[in-house]
Amino acid sequence: MTRSITRRNLIKLGVAGAVVAPMPAHGQEQQQPSLPPQHQAADGQDVLFFFTDPEARFITAAVDRLIPADPVWPSASQAGVVTYIDHQLASGYGDGAKMYLKGPWVPEAPAQQGYQLRFTPAELYRRAIAETREAVSANFGREFWELDAALMDEVLTSLETGAIALPSLPSPVFFETLLANTIEGWFADPAYGGNRDMVAWRMIGFPGAYAQYLELVERHGEPYHREPISISNSHARSVHLSGHGDGG
Amino acid sequence: MARRMQSVDVALVGGGMTASILGKHLAEAGSTVVALERGDMRDTIPDFQSPSMHDELKHSIRHALMQNPATQTLSFRNFPGQRALPMRQLGSFLPGEGVGGAMVHWNGQTWRFQPEWFELKSWVEQRYGANFLGEDVTIQDWGITYDELEPYYDFFEKVAGICGTAGNLRGQKRQGGNPFEGPRQNDYPNPPMKTSHSGALFGEAAAGLGYNPFPVPSANMTRHYTNPYGAQMMPCMYCGFCETYGCEHFAKTSPQTAILPFALANKNFELRTRANVLRVEWDRGSKTATGVTYVDASGVEIFQPAQMVVLCAFAHHNAVLMLNSGIGTPYDPATCEGTVGRNYTYQTMSGVSVFYEGGKRINPFMGAGALGTAIDDFNNGSFDHGPLGFVGGAYIAAYQTGGRPIAYHPVPPGTPRWGREWKDAVAQNYNSTVSITVHGSSTPHPNNYIGLDRTYTDAYGQPLGMLTYDFPYNDRLMSRHVTQKAWEIAEAMGGKSVAVSWLPDHYSIVPYQTTHNTGGTIVGTDPRTSVLNKYLQSWDLHNLWTVGASCFPQNGGYNPTGTVGALAYWAVDAMINRYLKNPGPLVQT
Repeated sequence: MTRSITRRNLIKLGVAGAVVAPMPAHGQEQQQPSLPPQHQAADGQDVLFFFTDPEARFITAAVDRLIPADPVWPSASQAGVVTYIDHQLASGYGDGAKMYLKGPWVPEAPAQQGYQLRFTPAELYRRAIAETREAVSANFGREFWELDAALMDEVLTSLETGAIALPSLPSPVFFETLLANTIEGWFADPAYGGNRDMVAWRMIGFPGAYAQYLELVERHGEPYHREPISISNSHARSVHLSGHGDGG
Repeated sequence: MARRMQSVDVALVGGGMTASILGKHLAEAGSTVVALERGDMRDTIPDFQSPSMHDELKHSIRHALMQNPATQTLSFRNFPGQRALPMRQLGSFLPGEGVGGAMVHWNGQTWRFQPEWFELKSWVEQRYGANFLGEDVTIQDWGITYDELEPYYDFFEKVAGICGTAGNLRGQKRQGGNPFEGPRQNDYPNPPMKTSHSGALFGEAAAGLGYNPFPVPSANMTRHYTNPYGAQMMPCMYCGFCETYGCEHFAKTSPQTAILPFALANKNFELRTRANVLRVEWDRGSKTATGVTYVDASGVEIFQPAQMVVLCAFAHHNAVLMLNSGIGTPYDPATCEGTVGRNYTYQTMSGVSVFYEGGKRINPFMGAGALGTAIDDFNNGSFDHGPLGFVGGAYIAAYQTGGRPIAYHPVPPGTPRWGREWKDAVAQNYNSTVSITVHGSSTPHPNNYIGLDRTYTDAYGQPLGMLTYDFPYNDRLMSRHVTQKAWEIAEAMGGKSVAVSWLPDHYSIVPYQTTHNTGGTIVGTDPRTSVLNKYLQSWDLHNLWTVGASCFPQNGGYNPTGTVGALAYWAVDAMINRYLKNPGPLVQT
């Protein structure tokens, strides 16, 4: 099975640096995935502040494997998750504004002691993307985003399990950060750049920022069909205030 | 040389629930009081208003209302001898920062401890024999009894407007309440909350198995309510944004909604924000506190002289302040001697999820922080531990707190963690899953304590507090037993599948569990094994007191806020009616 062969190749690459033949990419190797539409927008709304162009291609391809498109709902990047992550990394979160960043550092700490790397989230992404690209290039002779879907999944799984040994950080730390940020961007209020048109909320039936269900909470099992609402909705405040204090 | 402020009668360290209670009553009794809060002022209007308050990313994920670890954090290890490392991001627990403290962003689940919990060591010996537990279960009697504390529980419930159904009114068992609670003199001041879909499914299955379901006592109001101070509170709208959020509706009890305005109305009381207390100053000769030193917003070090000092900081920080002040003897796990930092306890959490067919509509977003249906049949005083070999217990509850999707998107076991299959599973299960919580007690262990870190310092250059903690064997046995019972209820709820989240092998600082950190400056009957006497007064310095969950010698299978509130009223009563009339130790050694 290609699955196990691929993983073995990646392990070889990471541990011993052995040169292995690139896996055939099932006919999709020539296809350049396009950047998400928001990257191409000219109105300034979706400018990327942190990612370079190749980094954005990498993240776009990766988040679209974590949350792929299906016949009904878009992929992560189509919902704006790349913009979301970029803007987070360009802000206080990326700079570790709420992290204790003093040394000494003990990167090999047990999992129970939590994150112990020296890197801020922005530094973590920059370094991990570069090192993953190098590993993929050495193994396959191509960029990550040029691989077919199955191979991209193999690479992501290897990051998740630690089968890829990146030179300067444990790959699962990067994978878990990327997965957490992707889910954040998918489900956070659209004001942050992801969850466009509240697609993630529509997918699960979460109504968003409404402020009251007093009259509905005991109507067990009833479908709730109201259009979701974002904190950026100019009507949101009046919707909230209409429910303010009128309970019995 | 620190700048020196004008002396006050009482300096309170903190600006949360306990400081608000003490400030209100001490100022009323004629004392000049200053409360020193490390964070900023914040209030229902404008700080907690919608729609911006309903932002899961900002509040639940990026912790807008909480302590910033870049300024101050703890180091952590699982056992003595391991290298402690700093908690670089918040995770397991979320201390508040700013006026109101953690009572701004709490859920409002407001319980009393069962009576035997206050005399636990004696109770275990009497009921199960002196050799029932190993020596490593270092439970202690509080020195306070439930009967002594009951009137203070009662008053706190009135101030906080707690909504519930009494299960034991002056010894009479009452239908629909918790039959395992201690006797209460009065019913709750407000009727219980509505029943959520999750709660109805859980309650029906639990009753079918012969258990006694009841609505969780709640600080989310069920009607317009005016508390004994005159605070007007509004009915809860079930918006599903309580935990990690401030309440926009004046419907969740907080210092701002229920207590603090009545302290601030008194000219004897001053709330000073952005005042980060570094240590208590004290006179080695007379063995009395002389005031506190803090750093103000601009970074200037200031000495606030005071006749009396009360530590009202978040739980573990009270012990850290005492250690950084050199007061009392630090606990040493090698000898089990010393008291400050001793008996750090937490909460032993596990859970079960019930997955229904996709057509089921739980509507988890129709929620409130304390909207839950619980059984107390497996809490400490409710069953026989004889054949089981442990002490403690847990309540089991189905809460429906809001279903906010970044944190809540349950999928059945065996689902991949990402990819198309995960996405489909999230879409199918979000609205058709019920979560059951097993809220377990926490017993002390000689290895578990709060010390000072030798390596890492905070933004003020002070040593970080160092937390050493792992789940004791006793609590693992307890958790396994009660989680098994929760599993049986879950199986009876008619879902298509059930998933159990057992207690992990080791405590981790990473995933959120609860903000129920307890112990470190415990009350007791013996100065060799406690920091405070039964009135919450320091054994070492009679004009230093400590109020909060740090006073618990062990943590019950309940949320601690109700007991913290009762202790605050108990302590302030002793201060006003006994101590201030004739300052000195209230308990002779």
